[in-house]
Amino acid sequence: MTIKQLSVFLENKTGRINEVAKILGKHSINMHAFSMAETTDFGILRLIVSEIEKAVEILRAENFAVMLTDVVCISCPNAAGSLSTILEELSANNIFIEYMYAFAEGDKANVVIRPTDIERCVEVLQSSDCGIVDTF
Amino acid sequence: MIWNPNKECMSRDQMHALQSKRLQKLVQYVYHNVPFYRNKMQAMDIAPEDIQSIDDIVKLPFTTKQDLRDNYPYGLQAAPASEIVRVHASSGTTGNPTIVGYTRKDLAVWSEVMARCLTAYGVTREDTFSVSYGYGLFTGGLGAHYGVENLGATVIPTSTGNTEKHIRLIRDLKITGIACTPSYALYLAETLEKMGLSKKDISLRVGAFGAEPWTENMRHEIEERLGLKGYNLYGLSEIMGPGVSYECQEQNGSHICEDHFYPEIINPDTLEQLPYGEQGELVFTTLTKEGMPLLRYRTKDLCTLQDGECACGRTEVRMGRIMGRSDDMLIIRGINVFPSQVESVILENPEFEPQYMLVVDRVNNLDTLQVQVEVRKDFFSDDIGRMLSIKKQLADRLKSVLSIAADVRLMEPGSIERSQGKGKHVIDNRILK
Repeated sequence: MTIKQLSVFLENKTGRINEVAKILGKHSINMHAFSMAETTDFGILRLIVSEIEKAVEILRAENFAVMLTDVVCISCPNAAGSLSTILEELSANNIFIEYMYAFAEGDKANVVIRPTDIERCVEVLQSSDCGIVDTF
Repeated sequence: MIWNPNKECMSRDQMHALQSKRLQKLVQYVYHNVPFYRNKMQAMDIAPEDIQSIDDIVKLPFTTKQDLRDNYPYGLQAAPASEIVRVHASSGTTGNPTIVGYTRKDLAVWSEVMARCLTAYGVTREDTFSVSYGYGLFTGGLGAHYGVENLGATVIPTSTGNTEKHIRLIRDLKITGIACTPSYALYLAETLEKMGLSKKDISLRVGAFGAEPWTENMRHEIEERLGLKGYNLYGLSEIMGPGVSYECQEQNGSHICEDHFYPEIINPDTLEQLPYGEQGELVFTTLTKEGMPLLRYRTKDLCTLQDGECACGRTEVRMGRIMGRSDDMLIIRGINVFPSQVESVILENPEFEPQYMLVVDRVNNLDTLQVQVEVRKDFFSDDIGRMLSIKKQLADRLKSVLSIAADVRLMEPGSIERSQGKGKHVIDNRILK
């Protein structure tokens, strides 16, 4: 019920995100979602892509530092208050979230969550009525 | 003024005779007290009796920084521990620092040669003199300190740090002389100006600058902004500390206290002695040292030697400006840094590729060191807190090994330029012309 997220180490330099986007594009790999965590001199680009294994292979071949992380992706109504309902549930069960990012389209919103305890998180989410997305 | 005209203005014949006598005594001393030298000389089939004059010095073995490290801590010490009254240490290349023990007589010689330097700069008993080299294991602070006391001027042991307070002391105590690194002198000038003051508010007139390479341009800038005259002060802890050589009013090379420190220039590849005027590696033999005497110590500093009486009246051989190093050592804020030290720290960490680059620069007149290191392609953390802590760990470890802070920059794999053959690991953006 978890999905693999691709994390790429990037220096804070103009054009580096596009380097990754270009390489993925050239190999017809689609990005479903991404977020960028940054510090003063480097950042971590986190991506949900269509062909994860292939993406790792080609990015490593291009000398990028890449790793895979398990995350949970849920789908909830694109409506006021729906995220809060889920987060309420997670915090009530003492699930700590390291980071998360979201994207909404039409009447659906997808939320990618990286919890400290991923198994517990999946359990809690399964017992609530939000939909876990395990494939794109 | 000349502190010790008997020695500083000795005729060349007398100097030759004195050096010859002292070298003979030195060779007997180390042969009988330092197994390292006895073994080396025996392996080369030389007996102390083979050394009859200073010209025979070419028969003797060299000593390198590596030898000092291999014999850590006291292997090259000739005097018994009961005679040692002080120990200084300098940073080693990897691991072991260099330990130098001084006897009471060594300290007397040190304050004597430092007094010669200060007198040549025009410092007298009337001066108030600030020593702004670091006090501690580094030889700069205490070395200059006792020289000023020996001369009879008033010493203000300011050491390093708290520059604004230092400037207030310079102004309020009417300090007339200062010993520090040239880059610190520039920083002092900048702080002075930031405080809304100028050279007109202070009474500095003499600066003794050393412990790092510097240029004529820096000299002009320091002199202009602090309103003093800047003189070169050369030394190295293995030989003594500051006071090995000094500029006089003529500023035409630095006079070497060669009754104590015998200089040679060698070709660093063939190890052959070179005639005066040719550039090569500077080598010193400590003619009078008791604690840790050294035969033909290779400084790795590249320069020339020049003989002939100076217009100031001194007859001692002069050394030219240091033109570079015959190894890859960097001097950053007065501290010796070897790229191999950084390499060994990086190799301890599996998170990094064995690729690195040291970028040295001078920002606001202070040397900066950036260490660029590549994260490993298949080993990095998605957790930004973890990445920051890896970075901090590396910075902390570098600081404890190098004794200076380094700004660590994490780089993408493959982003540091690979060179063919011998790796290039240093970009020095400080302009030294």
